[in-house]
Amino acid sequence: MAYSVPHVDGEPEPEFGRSETRGWPMWEVFVRQRRGMSHVHAGSLHAPDAETALQHARDVYTRRVEGVSVWVVPSSAIVASDPDEADAFFEAIEKPYRAATYYEIPDEVGQM
Amino acid sequence: MTTPITSGVPQGSVPVVAGEPRFLYLLRHADDNLVLAQRLAEWVSWAPELEEDIALANLALDFLGVARALYTYAGEVEGKGRSEDDLAMFRTEREFLNVLLVERPNTDFAHTMARQLFFDAYQLELWEALSASADETIAGIAAKAIKEARYHFRHSSTWVIRLGDGTEESHRRMQAGIDALWMFTGELFEADDVDAAVVETGVGVDPATLRPGWERRVADVLAEATLQIPDDPFQRTGGRVGFHSEHLGRLLAEMQWMQRTYPGMSW
Repeated sequence: MAYSVPHVDGEPEPEFGRSETRGWPMWEVFVRQRRGMSHVHAGSLHAPDAETALQHARDVYTRRVEGVSVWVVPSSAIVASDPDEADAFFEAIEKPYRAATYYEIPDEVGQM
Repeated sequence: MTTPITSGVPQGSVPVVAGEPRFLYLLRHADDNLVLAQRLAEWVSWAPELEEDIALANLALDFLGVARALYTYAGEVEGKGRSEDDLAMFRTEREFLNVLLVERPNTDFAHTMARQLFFDAYQLELWEALSASADETIAGIAAKAIKEARYHFRHSSTWVIRLGDGTEESHRRMQAGIDALWMFTGELFEADDVDAAVVETGVGVDPATLRPGWERRVADVLAEATLQIPDDPFQRTGGRVGFHSEHLGRLLAEMQWMQRTYPGMSW
């Protein structure tokens, strides 16, 4: 433990940070604010099942914003890249010709 | 379901609050919403999970918002210059006209959800009917409140079903909540002179007409939750004329003390 907690002899050690085994599973919340836009990750929450997760998403993330749709996804279903291997996934910065802004637009083309 | 046997109002007692029927009608419904908002707010920082803590606080704010609109309009209807705060903070226990159900203590989460199920199902029927009120302000408040009531009912029925049809322990507690609060449901559908007068003018709705819809909603949820509808016919009443349980006084003391200690203070 990183910090000490008042402890009584014989009391079991408190457990921290094991949300997958203690309490409700975690869900990721995605909110679409307007038609035509993508669902954007809003945050995460705990809920016992999908329907309750949707209700919690309403309470935690959508009460103060406009929106048309909410997705909830079990956090365990997310497959994430390893931050240590970020170079393999995000190499574009060394290859500026992959970005549209690298190219000069001929005057004849005008506004794009 | 059963015919209620009522009790709770001493014989020969005179209501403390007098006024024209529309004012009393507004006050009754405003008090329902304010007292329930205060009860739900007591859960803040105590709910089983953070997410549910936020949900309960949101519910409290919804009920508080409806109460404010009703008090403000009640003050206008009364015409004595009383503001929403005057009505909420400077009336005593005997002057509050809420049903007994909303002042019941939170007890545990299952009790709170049983109370919500009964009251949310009632408000769904109430706001639906009142959105056709001859009084445009009341119709407007009802039309806004029904959107929130749909969510409230969804929230409470979701929990009653999960707890009722959950573990042995959650089933036992959920049934205990339903059983304990059943005797406070009959009062929701009681009618008196005030109701008769507002029905006459098309402003209000006869509470008895809300009962079939309420019974259907509650029976459906309890059936899905594998819970029993209590068959005890005993029902408590009295709240609508200001006779309350011992719990309301404490709730009001906590809610009102700041305004009563520092009248007119704000932040």
